[in-house]
Amino acid sequence: MRWPGWPPTSRRRWPTRSKGVAETKGQGATAPAPPPEMTALRGAGDGFALRLISPVMRLVEIPMIALQRLLGINRLAWVFLAPNLLLFGLFAFLPVILNVAYATTGGANVMLADRPQIGMGNFERLLDCANHLDPNTCREDKFWRAVWNTLWFVTLQVGIMVGFSLLTAIVLNGKIRARGFFRSVFFFPVLLSPVVVALIWKWMLQRNGVLNAFLDWAGIGGYNWLVDAQWAFAWSVFLSVWAHMGFYTLILLAGLQAIPRDVYEAATMDRASPWRAFRRITLPLLAPTMLVVLVLALIKGVQTFDEVYAFTGGGPGTATTFIIQYIYEEGFAGSPRLFGLSAAASLLVAFVLVVLTLVQLWVNRKSVDG
Amino acid sequence: MGRTWEFLTATRGGARLHWTDWASYGYLFLGVFLMFFPVVWLVLSSFKTEADLQRYPPTFLPYQQQTITLDGHADPLPLFRITGGEHEGMILAQLRRVGLQAQMIDPANPEERLQVSIRDYERLERFSLATENYSDLFGRFNFLLYFWNSTFITVMATLIMLLTNSMAAFALSKYRFRGRTVVLLLVIGTLMIPQTVVLVPLFLIVSELGMFNSLWGVIIPGAATPTGVFLLRQYMLTIPDEILDAARMDKASEWKIYWRIILPLSAPAIAVLAILAIMWRWNDFLWPLIVLTQSENFTLQLALNSFQGELQTQWSSLLAMTVLTLLPIAMVFMFLQKYIATGIASTGGK
Repeated sequence: MRWPGWPPTSRRRWPTRSKGVAETKGQGATAPAPPPEMTALRGAGDGFALRLISPVMRLVEIPMIALQRLLGINRLAWVFLAPNLLLFGLFAFLPVILNVAYATTGGANVMLADRPQIGMGNFERLLDCANHLDPNTCREDKFWRAVWNTLWFVTLQVGIMVGFSLLTAIVLNGKIRARGFFRSVFFFPVLLSPVVVALIWKWMLQRNGVLNAFLDWAGIGGYNWLVDAQWAFAWSVFLSVWAHMGFYTLILLAGLQAIPRDVYEAATMDRASPWRAFRRITLPLLAPTMLVVLVLALIKGVQTFDEVYAFTGGGPGTATTFIIQYIYEEGFAGSPRLFGLSAAASLLVAFVLVVLTLVQLWVNRKSVDG
Repeated sequence: MGRTWEFLTATRGGARLHWTDWASYGYLFLGVFLMFFPVVWLVLSSFKTEADLQRYPPTFLPYQQQTITLDGHADPLPLFRITGGEHEGMILAQLRRVGLQAQMIDPANPEERLQVSIRDYERLERFSLATENYSDLFGRFNFLLYFWNSTFITVMATLIMLLTNSMAAFALSKYRFRGRTVVLLLVIGTLMIPQTVVLVPLFLIVSELGMFNSLWGVIIPGAATPTGVFLLRQYMLTIPDEILDAARMDKASEWKIYWRIILPLSAPAIAVLAILAIMWRWNDFLWPLIVLTQSENFTLQLALNSFQGELQTQWSSLLAMTVLTLLPIAMVFMFLQKYIATGIASTGGK
């Protein structure tokens, strides 16, 4: 089943970006020719999983052969694409169109036919402010509180998280024993569910929790963290950084390891100090990865909901209510259910996300082209 | 001792550790503490009784008050060691406490009542795991139901996702047909539409399809991910086309080529995607929160979240449930963390 050079063991051999047919053919030409037994496919790679699915697959094969006769090989591709495209259409593209329809209608009905047209009413209501910097002067003050909270949160969270991820990645990239172990330690919280993360820290931070016990013991004195608006916000940032830092550390570490060693050797020959080597070599060469990490972190930061909602419920007051929670509460948790307002707010968020995603794609393209 | 120290601080080049190495290791061990201690603390706390959880300052390990059952007293009586006063050194059972005075009896001589100041005694405890926190979950709370819901959603969504995504990836990597670029652009387009921004219309579509308050309402909308299509397509591009041509010579149908050649050959990429999908579905929160409103359909994550509202004071059950929710992911992590790391690094998350 295995022959030299296949399957590619290192990720580097995967093309980072598709270049269409030409690349496919090129890859095919350079790959070693398959050994003769590969042509006798029966029994090759028969794993347990394969044997498990084979009755179903054999059954599907009957209509597929008929379709192949009918359509020919190349048009059969559409049959393979169909289930996925159907799902994309139904649950990604259709909702975008419907979202606009919801945003321009009012009332609390789910069915679009029963909803009165109000044009840009929802947007006007959301954006109606005497002074946009002060949520108290806004008609939808909760929306603006959520917007400002989200802005503050994203700024702090992304800044702190990327900073610490970079520091951790640099430390891990040094001459460290048990690098794999330390890497997975920092990565571990990424796997935890948001609710579990929230409960873990709620338990640590509660009035009679272990942190307060330590502070009392140290003579600083405990504090009821989660009833204080500013502390609840600060701990939300902390919790979010704690939970997601490992992910960005991993990407930055991969970026650091891709920097060729000989550049550093040349710097050592020229007697550059380590600090200078870091500033003049590491940082510039890491810049593309940093940019990817920043944009990714921003996209995810704007969508923060789960862990903070389970952690503080948005409170105390509205201190930790973010934009996605506003959308959720207007549309689904409150009564009446203001779908229009919720859809309008999510279109505004979508706009921000589309801009960020386009930046990301553009950055990716640039970093791949070098 | 000196030699051990020398061994531990030796580096590969034979040089001593530089101060930056010390700082690095210091930072890393601080990281280990910060990342692991909260989880360790959670697990230890989940084995404490409700009374032990209320204690402040908390103890590190779970303890239970020792008790004794005496004739003439229906409830077991808590035991205390007397540390001062006239009864010093004795072990007495407490009947009741009045202010700063406790009424106690000697188990050896149950008739006589003794007065002890509460400053002069300490609780007699022993290390003990309160496993009833866990057994309660299966009896009083519908833990198994939530667990089943979560498992069902995770397994079904992962299977459907692997099937549809690998089929699409096969078509996009191995066929040259008109409109391929358009489809690729469409897939990239879906990257820009996260679920969080289409909640309202998605809710309408799911209700219209009759999947509101049903597990399928969570499974189906999350099944097609652009990430999965990309990941698998990139891998399939590296499979040489000659294999396919050889199979076609042997009169294999296209469907057979897909499931007998392409699927087995992309097993590494499929494994990575499967792990990611299991993680996403198991930890999913916002969309299930909207679709599943009846508690018999709750996933573990929803149940945990709703219990923390109801059981504000009853941390013992809540902590045990958190540990059980965390356990499957921790297991996956222990055995497969290498694959998870490469998978996430190559897809850039969701």
